[in-house]
Amino acid sequence: MSTPILEREPAAASESPTFTVTLIVRRFDPEVDAEPRWEDFDVELYPTDRVLDALHKIKWEQDGSLTFRRSCAHGVCGSDAMRINGRNRLACKTLMKDLDISKPIYVEAIKGLPLEKDLIVNMDPFFESFAAVQPFLMSSSKPKDGKERLQTVAERERFDDTTKCILCAACTSSCPVFWTDGQYFGPAAIVNAHRFIFDSRDDSAQVRLDILNDKEGVWRCRTTFNCSEACPRGIQVTQAISEVKQAILRGKA
Amino acid sequence: MASITVDKPRSPRSTPSARGVNFEKWGWVYMRASGVILVVLIFGHLFVNLVAGEGVKAIDFAFVGGKWSSPFWKVWDTGLLWLALIHGANGMRTIVNDYASNRLLRRTFNIALITSTVVLLTLGTLVIYTFDPCPAGASAALLPSFCPAR
Repeated sequence: MSTPILEREPAAASESPTFTVTLIVRRFDPEVDAEPRWEDFDVELYPTDRVLDALHKIKWEQDGSLTFRRSCAHGVCGSDAMRINGRNRLACKTLMKDLDISKPIYVEAIKGLPLEKDLIVNMDPFFESFAAVQPFLMSSSKPKDGKERLQTVAERERFDDTTKCILCAACTSSCPVFWTDGQYFGPAAIVNAHRFIFDSRDDSAQVRLDILNDKEGVWRCRTTFNCSEACPRGIQVTQAISEVKQAILRGKA
Repeated sequence: MASITVDKPRSPRSTPSARGVNFEKWGWVYMRASGVILVVLIFGHLFVNLVAGEGVKAIDFAFVGGKWSSPFWKVWDTGLLWLALIHGANGMRTIVNDYASNRLLRRTFNIALITSTVVLLTLGTLVIYTFDPCPAGASAALLPSFCPAR
């Protein structure tokens, strides 16, 4: 065994190149502004930094009044969905090196939900339509032998994709039909209905299919694929919606 | 061991059995079904008119008159007219539903849409089935060359 020899000094963090990025953030303070306004900030960043780090640097070093949501900062809680360069992304999963930093980066709140302040929107309409599809296990039968409800690998696989949803609203707020009026459930609610409709342990698929077969239920979907493109978890949202449509036409899950 | 039952926090938004036909659903189904048939009808129409035989040069009054003397093309063109026009009108209806947020405006657009659709369907069907290239009693100078009256 050879003695480990340090051939080179490890590159110190300060040595990795930084660059200045211009962020143009859509600000709105309901106590001062009548209309949202765009404000630009220059931030010194590493290529490995994320948009969330840039927003932190602005808030901590330049303007403490910048307001945005974030909790886990690692793409799990779904708090920091925002529109980055016109596309719905999680700020904590968007790396600077993946953006074109030769141009300013535009950051604004997600669309289609009431703007409250800066990057924060009122999520109530989103969660109302989520709750409307009854996204919880409803079982009328008793589990066999008083034990747990067993499921085969294939039965679990059937709805695996839609279990990944973190309710960040990136899909729903990218949907042009959701933008128009309050008639449509939005992709996220249908994804979460799909998660239970195709769960073999759930007995109330028909209830959810009837809710989604309501006048504006799933039929407002135009398959524009904005939702699938926006989903930070890579859920095939449009496919899930189509599977729900087919289930309604067949009359069963 | 009894499994725990929890009351549903919300009653369903609608009572499905009590309501009639779901127009949105059948509209959606119609778009898919008519779309598949229209692909065949439209490309068949384009091929026969523009490619087959002499190609595009063959199209004139006599060509159309000849086509509509055959029951096959009467049925084909009727199918094309009804499926395409209702397909388009249904598409317009969804656009009105999306973008006309004012109730009165929405009603006005929808009434205009359904009126124009019905008028066009009636006129179109009438023309296909009553078309006569050589109407009796017309002045000979106005008739096409293939008519026996000329």
